[in-house]
Amino acid sequence: MTEWEIEFDRISKSFFGARALSEVSFSVGKGRTLGLIGENGAGKSTLMNILGGVFTQDEGTIRLSGKQYNPSCPADATRAGIAFIHQELNLFTNLSVADNLFIDGFPRIGRLPFIDKRRLHKRAAELLSFVDLHVSAGTPVEMLTPGERQLVEIAGALSRDARVIIFDEPTTSLTAAERKRLFDIIKRLQDQGRTIIYISHTLEDVLQVSDAIAVLRDGCLVNTGPVRKYSVDRMIADMVGRRIEQMYPARSTIPGSAAVLEVEGVTQPGIVRDISIKLHEKEVLGIFGLMGSGRSELARIIFGLDSCRTGRISIRGKDATGSSPAASIRKGMAFVTENRHQEGLLMEAAVSENLDLPSLRKFTRLGPARIIDRSRALKFANRIAETLRIKSGPIHTQKVRNLSGGNQQKVVIGKWMLAEPGVLILDEPTRGIDVGAKYEVYGTINKLAEGGVGILYISSELEELTGMCDRILVISNGEIRAEFARPDFDQEKILQAAFSGRAGYRTPSDNSGN
Amino acid sequence: MRARRILLRLPGVIVLSDHFVLVMTVLYFLLIWAVYPHMAGRRNIANLFSNVWPLLALVIGQMFVLIVGGIDLSQTSIMAVTSVLGAMMMAGRFDPAKFEQNPLWGVVFSEQGGLLAGSGWAVPAAIMVMLFVGVGIGLLNGVAVAKLKMPPFMVTLVAMSFYSGLAIYLSRSENIMHLPDSFIAVGKGTVGPIPSAMLIVVTLAFLAFVILNLSILGRWLYAVGQNIRTARVSGIPTERVVVLAYVFSGFCAALGSILYSARLEAGRPTLGRNLLLDVIGAAVIGGISLYGGKGRVLWAVYGVLFFVVLDNSLNKMPLEFYSIDIIKGGVILLAALLDSLRTHIASRQTAPEGIF
Repeated sequence: MTEWEIEFDRISKSFFGARALSEVSFSVGKGRTLGLIGENGAGKSTLMNILGGVFTQDEGTIRLSGKQYNPSCPADATRAGIAFIHQELNLFTNLSVADNLFIDGFPRIGRLPFIDKRRLHKRAAELLSFVDLHVSAGTPVEMLTPGERQLVEIAGALSRDARVIIFDEPTTSLTAAERKRLFDIIKRLQDQGRTIIYISHTLEDVLQVSDAIAVLRDGCLVNTGPVRKYSVDRMIADMVGRRIEQMYPARSTIPGSAAVLEVEGVTQPGIVRDISIKLHEKEVLGIFGLMGSGRSELARIIFGLDSCRTGRISIRGKDATGSSPAASIRKGMAFVTENRHQEGLLMEAAVSENLDLPSLRKFTRLGPARIIDRSRALKFANRIAETLRIKSGPIHTQKVRNLSGGNQQKVVIGKWMLAEPGVLILDEPTRGIDVGAKYEVYGTINKLAEGGVGILYISSELEELTGMCDRILVISNGEIRAEFARPDFDQEKILQAAFSGRAGYRTPSDNSGN
Repeated sequence: MRARRILLRLPGVIVLSDHFVLVMTVLYFLLIWAVYPHMAGRRNIANLFSNVWPLLALVIGQMFVLIVGGIDLSQTSIMAVTSVLGAMMMAGRFDPAKFEQNPLWGVVFSEQGGLLAGSGWAVPAAIMVMLFVGVGIGLLNGVAVAKLKMPPFMVTLVAMSFYSGLAIYLSRSENIMHLPDSFIAVGKGTVGPIPSAMLIVVTLAFLAFVILNLSILGRWLYAVGQNIRTARVSGIPTERVVVLAYVFSGFCAALGSILYSARLEAGRPTLGRNLLLDVIGAAVIGGISLYGGKGRVLWAVYGVLFFVVLDNSLNKMPLEFYSIDIIKGGVILLAALLDSLRTHIASRQTAPEGIF
């Protein structure tokens, strides 16, 4: 007989008449890890927000260790021993590790309003050694890598003696070694009797770390059960409600011989060194690299957002070295940045206003007055929205903020399609969007390549690159280390190249002793 | 059931309506009218509107800067410095007793009047100089904010202090009288039955409307205010757009200076000294967001109307001048509160955001 730590009993929740959760019931055993999966919008976030005291359910009850649990604010959840480790970490980067761990309850000298530094550092050191983070408790968080910061968050949860720890996409910015360490720690947390809810789109990780799985789709629980009953294929089928036979659509074109983008010897000290790339028309060229390898910085330099000290960039034979984004766009370049909220979209503006933003110059009349021909711009925007099947209300009134992540990403891609580029740079184009939307994005990328566009495809997901690209370049520590052509894609070799030359970085073998 | 739902949503609909401030203005006017019947008298209405035009010019300029997420505190000092400079060029004569100690005595002006006094070009040239100086100061502000990445609040606060000091230095704290009649007519005259100030400011408002609603520049201004990083990636020349907003604000301030100076028949080094709160207050009451990205010409008009009616009614009441300021401040604070309430209601009509 299992002892239940958390029991969800027929939880329902609606927003403005739209059902986000309906009668979801499942339980998590004490000291167990539950993998919670589902597409974006399936209801995972709503359910976790209810558990965290951010929302209140319309119907249903939650029990913690058999007792009724009705949080009315996030602080109630913390008091009940529930901790969240978010994808985007909530740390004060300017403060030390120890300060971050005890920010909501510093050990004090007696009852005086002074911090007991000795006790603070001693307790911090104990927590850090439990999570295998071997840095001094006084180290500022900004000096740590993303993986190390995550360990600080976990230590913080332990400092509050959390009984239930929820991980949300914890591995997206981790190296392979850091990921292994994280799984070891999760195992140890379990051994201490703590309960874990593990949320991720990386299904292999979920299979590896969980004891049980719960699948949500459209606000309903599809099924739940012990992990041995699940495979990646079954999980996808359950999440999507249908089987996706072939994740990556077959390429139907062969890259042309004309170069649309040439990068020669681009160097920016401390960022990238001597990068040369030749991208052809109709080609999808992948760039694979780990966090901090310089992959996104390279894209920013090519597009003209950041500068480089030496080197030459040309677009379709025209020199574009050191040009501004505006000039790059005029020469036919487009850039889907890795962070759509901060650099891709105007969240408060309408869909159509986002779609035509880079192309406004095409829709002017009255010469120098540069008055916009709005009906023509809207016609073009509508055509793009239809092509991409953007699920939205009327595009000239629908705010982008209220679209789902997948549809927001389609708007970013659509705005560049409207600009009719010859070179398209994609930086993590499928980050944080669900399986169905991913599939549609892949299809769109293929169609653009068929139409003659050269595509520079940056991603940290190797599988995506091997599925989509004609060639893959591997960047590490600011330099291109290897090149692979389609028939010779070998995930292991690509990963090895990505780990090579990471100065000052622990290689996987250093950490395997844990 | 349906009727009840509509009824429940009604307060939200009214508060979120574009014309909410106009409705409030009319209601307030009617209320005051009941107590002070001469509120609606011909003379008072004329007076009321003569206060609307110059303030509206300033608020429209301020709005451009607010839309790109900045703020222009230097507008009133631009008014002071252009008022003094313009008057120095065109005044008919100067009193030696007052101006002999002035650093510009004998250079720009003397007992016989300003540099251009008496010339047929005096008024148009002085007006051009005033506008040019306004644009120039706006340009400096804009460059400091956009290119040197200095905080707008600091840049324009320092500019405010610098140029109001300059205006007092240049004029030795004296009002410059004896302005040409044709200049005074710009602020007080009429073209047919229409006041010339109204003609000028309505033209300005129309121009602003065309820029904001119909032109590429308008879309760029809003985009920069909503998210400058997205704007830059989308190929918008963000620095140029920000500079242009400050230039336009400087231009509008100079225009306001022309209208106020003409009405007062003087170049005044303290012109606009107490006007800054009025300008920003009217903008906020109109619903122009201090966070950038939001603002329309119509909102500016409504904000100014409300503010002028409020000011006018307070002057009618038996109040001390300081209590007028207290009440005005309170109303602006209330408007700011209402603005955040409005944003709150609007956001409640969309899905809430969780911590995930």
